Amino acid sequence: MAYSDKEILDGLGEIIDEIAGVPAGDVTPEKSFVDDLDIDSLSMVEIAVAAQDKFGVEIPDDQLKDLKTVQDVIVFIQK
Amino acid sequence: MSNREVVVTGLGATTPLGGDVATTWSALLEGRSGITNLPEEWHEKLPVHFAGIAAVDPSEKLERHRLRRLDRTQQFSLVAAREAWTDAGAPEVDPLRLGAVVSSGIGGILTILNQYDTFREKGWKRVSPFTVPMLMPNSPAAAVALEFGARAGAHSPVSACASSAEAIADAIDMIRSGRADIVIAGGTEAAIHPLNIASFAAMRALSTRNDDPQGASRPFDVTRDGFVMGEGAGILVLESAEHAAARGARVYAVAAGAGYTCDAHDIVQPDPSGEGQARAIHYALEDADLEPADIFHINAHATSTPAGDTGETRAIRSALGDITDQVAVTSTKSMTGHLLGGAGAVESIATILALRDGTVPATINTDQLDPEVAVDVVLDKPRDLPTGDIAAINESFGFGGHNIALVFRRA
Repeated sequence: MAYSDKEILDGLGEIIDEIAGVPAGDVTPEKSFVDDLDIDSLSMVEIAVAAQDKFGVEIPDDQLKDLKTVQDVIVFIQK
Repeated sequence: MSNREVVVTGLGATTPLGGDVATTWSALLEGRSGITNLPEEWHEKLPVHFAGIAAVDPSEKLERHRLRRLDRTQQFSLVAAREAWTDAGAPEVDPLRLGAVVSSGIGGILTILNQYDTFREKGWKRVSPFTVPMLMPNSPAAAVALEFGARAGAHSPVSACASSAEAIADAIDMIRSGRADIVIAGGTEAAIHPLNIASFAAMRALSTRNDDPQGASRPFDVTRDGFVMGEGAGILVLESAEHAAARGARVYAVAAGAGYTCDAHDIVQPDPSGEGQARAIHYALEDADLEPADIFHINAHATSTPAGDTGETRAIRSALGDITDQVAVTSTKSMTGHLLGGAGAVESIATILALRDGTVPATINTDQLDPEVAVDVVLDKPRDLPTGDIAAINESFGFGGHNIALVFRRA
């Protein structure tokens, strides 16, 4: 099933709000997880698992560390 | 540096009676029980159908995203610590001079059990990446240190149901030895789960008075049949008298001294001679530089078990002698249930407030006093304490033979 960028962004916003307490509105494509959203590596693991549940795309650990921005995740899920 | 006086400048609690100190204290004076029924679906499998569930769930007090990475023990400790810190006037203190000593008797067992369920049902990838920092027994101390930036040291002495009394004792030492000016100290427990109820029931330690849950915790009563599990936390802000005076802090009481002993008699049964318990009182008085004659109130450990309560009263009499007759003894567990690793701190708070207000809450449910009880138990209604320079003791004992006595003196 294909998702639009907007659908993925909104979905990530909900997940990040739930897991890291960052308001969904602050989750925009250019944001860096670490530098802008203050999300630590353990929370990134939770976010990746939740994203897998939501979008059916598994993000392996060795690729997760290269996903620096919200846009990187959107692109990865779209692939 | 070794004789620095330590005072109590802040209190915080979340208990089966209330989500804060004021609510808990007024319920204790009113003689209200905080015991309620466990979820219906647990009843079939368990011989015990009630417990002291926290009156205010921490989810009402903490941010949603933080709840998921904090064990319930940590949640309670943070709620109580925030209250205590605010109550102390949110002191300005060098982080290198601020410590945290926060204990739990059992640790993050709800996390262990819940994550094990997740692991079995969904596999390792669904196990929370925060499982380890939530289940470790030092997690409440670490969470409190993190919250307040306490960098002098964070400790979690573990001694079962004496844990949070031991935390307060260690905190007093930490200040006296010069390692810190302020220490956030106390304990927490969150173990209400079918397995834990089953475990305590398996050792025949719990009351099974299912037809009268609020009457089940009945310390010193002839028909007492075991303790009632509770949950929650108590936190004190302890401070060197010097530091408190310099910032003009309101002082509740002097944390005058502590006595630690071990029975080395049996892994769970208290030594029937009460020698270890009595020695803890002696050591605490010595440490506080006080005499038995200074003591007018004891908040007893008295959990409502057949062997424990009467043995404790004999130990008190052997420690204090004839002076025992002037001492108003109570067990606030009759109302809160037994908060295990949170008990010593919550009961220290009750002891301190009894000194402050000059009134001791009555033990409830004790309809027929066991004739073996060797002390004067406050029954029916709160009892006034004398004015002036008096002191009180909080006793806490734990499986493993741990005995802690804490002495608080009126400021």
